[in-house]
Amino acid sequence: MSTEIATTVKNEEWKASLTGESTWVRWTLIALALGYLTLFLFVPLAAVFAEALKNGLESYFAPFQDPDTLVAIRLTFIAAALAVPLNLVFGVAAAWAIAKFEFIGKQLLITIIDIPLAVSPVISGLIYVLLFGAQGWVGPWLIEHDIKIIFALPGIVLATIFVTVPFIARELIPLMQSQGREEEEAAFTLGASGWQTFIHVTLPNIKWSLLYGIILCNARAMGEFGAVSVVSGHIRGLTNTLPLHVEILYNEYNAVGAFAVASLLTLLAIVTLIVKTVIERKSGPAQSAHDPAWSPQPGSPS
Amino acid sequence: MNLKPFALTLALLTGAVAFAASVQAGQSTSLLNVSYDPTRELYQEFNAAFTKHWLAKTGQTVSIKQSHGGSSKQARAIIDGLEADVVTLALAYDIDAISEKAGLLPANWQSRLPHNSAPYSSTIVFLVRKGNPKGIKNWDDLVKPGISVITPNPKTSGVARWNYLAAWGYALKQPGGDDTKAQDFVQRLFKNVPVLDSGARGATTTFVERGIGDVLINWENEILLSTKGTGKDKFDIVVPPVSILAEPTVSLVDKIVDKRGTRQIAQAYLEYLYSEEGQDIAGKNYYRPQLQSVAAKYATAFPTVERFTLQEFFGNWQKAHKTHFADDGTFDQIYLKGSK
Repeated sequence: MSTEIATTVKNEEWKASLTGESTWVRWTLIALALGYLTLFLFVPLAAVFAEALKNGLESYFAPFQDPDTLVAIRLTFIAAALAVPLNLVFGVAAAWAIAKFEFIGKQLLITIIDIPLAVSPVISGLIYVLLFGAQGWVGPWLIEHDIKIIFALPGIVLATIFVTVPFIARELIPLMQSQGREEEEAAFTLGASGWQTFIHVTLPNIKWSLLYGIILCNARAMGEFGAVSVVSGHIRGLTNTLPLHVEILYNEYNAVGAFAVASLLTLLAIVTLIVKTVIERKSGPAQSAHDPAWSPQPGSPS
Repeated sequence: MNLKPFALTLALLTGAVAFAASVQAGQSTSLLNVSYDPTRELYQEFNAAFTKHWLAKTGQTVSIKQSHGGSSKQARAIIDGLEADVVTLALAYDIDAISEKAGLLPANWQSRLPHNSAPYSSTIVFLVRKGNPKGIKNWDDLVKPGISVITPNPKTSGVARWNYLAAWGYALKQPGGDDTKAQDFVQRLFKNVPVLDSGARGATTTFVERGIGDVLINWENEILLSTKGTGKDKFDIVVPPVSILAEPTVSLVDKIVDKRGTRQIAQAYLEYLYSEEGQDIAGKNYYRPQLQSVAAKYATAFPTVERFTLQEFFGNWQKAHKTHFADDGTFDQIYLKGSK
């Protein structure tokens, strides 16, 4: 027992000597970091569930029996299920082109991919109103042919796609650039076609980053509020997504309902993160070493 | 290379799309009522009543969808293509805008239904913290220094314009009142406004839930509603001796109902608002009924207040809008000056 303590103390001293900081400095820093996380992350998250469960389980589940909530859930899933695969194809194609090839306008393409991160989501929504609205550029033609885009599902999907464009591409570009193109060149020399090279060489190298990109993209697609709010028309039971439904319930003095639906969104996020961790664990340390754990920030350099 | 978990994830995603697409609901006769902010509870109840009435009368099931938001924002959405069969907005000007900018209904829409197409009326009153600690009784108490006033943005919100015109009208009614004095009065009032929400409900939330401000200026119906339930012990209603007669108006959107083949049912829907049951639901939800028999029933629910009309001081909404709320109108002058 006493030897154990002695070893621990020794260890502590040894660690301290590495950074040269005294024990209290280290503990203060740790306490600060934990306090910060608790204050700004854990407490608000816990509050969502606390508020939602305030009046017991029955009132927690009440909003989920409301058909309007079910429509909102379905709509959110549809929007994400369409936006994510489309951005997956575009993101991989764009990252592949940018990282592996030289062409004129490459910087321009990178900048364009970043636009949705740089502009406010309200603008992302408004551009579709300007394009497809009844007074917009192609609006009259659409009305003539009875095609509804804004204030209907297509508009919501378009707005969701727009705001989530950068996520997969930006996740892949730094990784693919750092990997270089030697492996692909080797595959070509050995007679592989472009498609074979992509499937057998490029894709295995990027798959975990790709998955991480998909997860981020999906999270944003389900959570998007601003852009969708502009093009939704707020028709309850028809064009309300989950985040919009949370706002509506809250504005109707139904705080418990709002937080119950919000807790569903929170749960979705937590499940996504667990899936991500499990996948990373399964993939083994070799692959996750490739994972830059990079998340896109507005205006970050490529 | 093990691509299995990756492929599995993709398969799951594809499955989710297929599932989501397969549960698309079937279509039935539907109406879309695009309304302003505080009418959520009113139309929730009225829609249920009308659905029942229509089923009994015609054997047809109708599903009524609602959209709520700041009145001008909603009008803007209809102009941009939101396919509303009926509009039930906070003020005639917003429906005028739909007629003018998108030509979806005729200019004389307001003469098509009784009472200037206003099936219920309201007025503008105050909500204060319990016990009225700042002693607010009348409009001139709102301009005193140190009073924090909550009212939404007249550029986007219907009630905010009624609030603005009510304050302006009050100032005009004072001895020696003229437009210059009124503008000065309203300017002092807006100096006391710390936050401009975009709609009536947002302003209520700011005052009630976020606890900002000493007094909230809002629809009588919105204020009566917010003092129901949990708000009862926290707030008091203050009814100023003078206020404005507010007429929220309703209309068909002709081009949309003709396109969707819903004219008959949309017309019946609006007319039902004037029926005994419709008026009763309005009264129950704190809107002043127009029908005498129903109004008498709710007489005690509504405080007596002298209500001047928009026509009395401002002519009509077109004029009022041009003078006060258009770009460079009095609101812009006041607000720009106030923020300097």
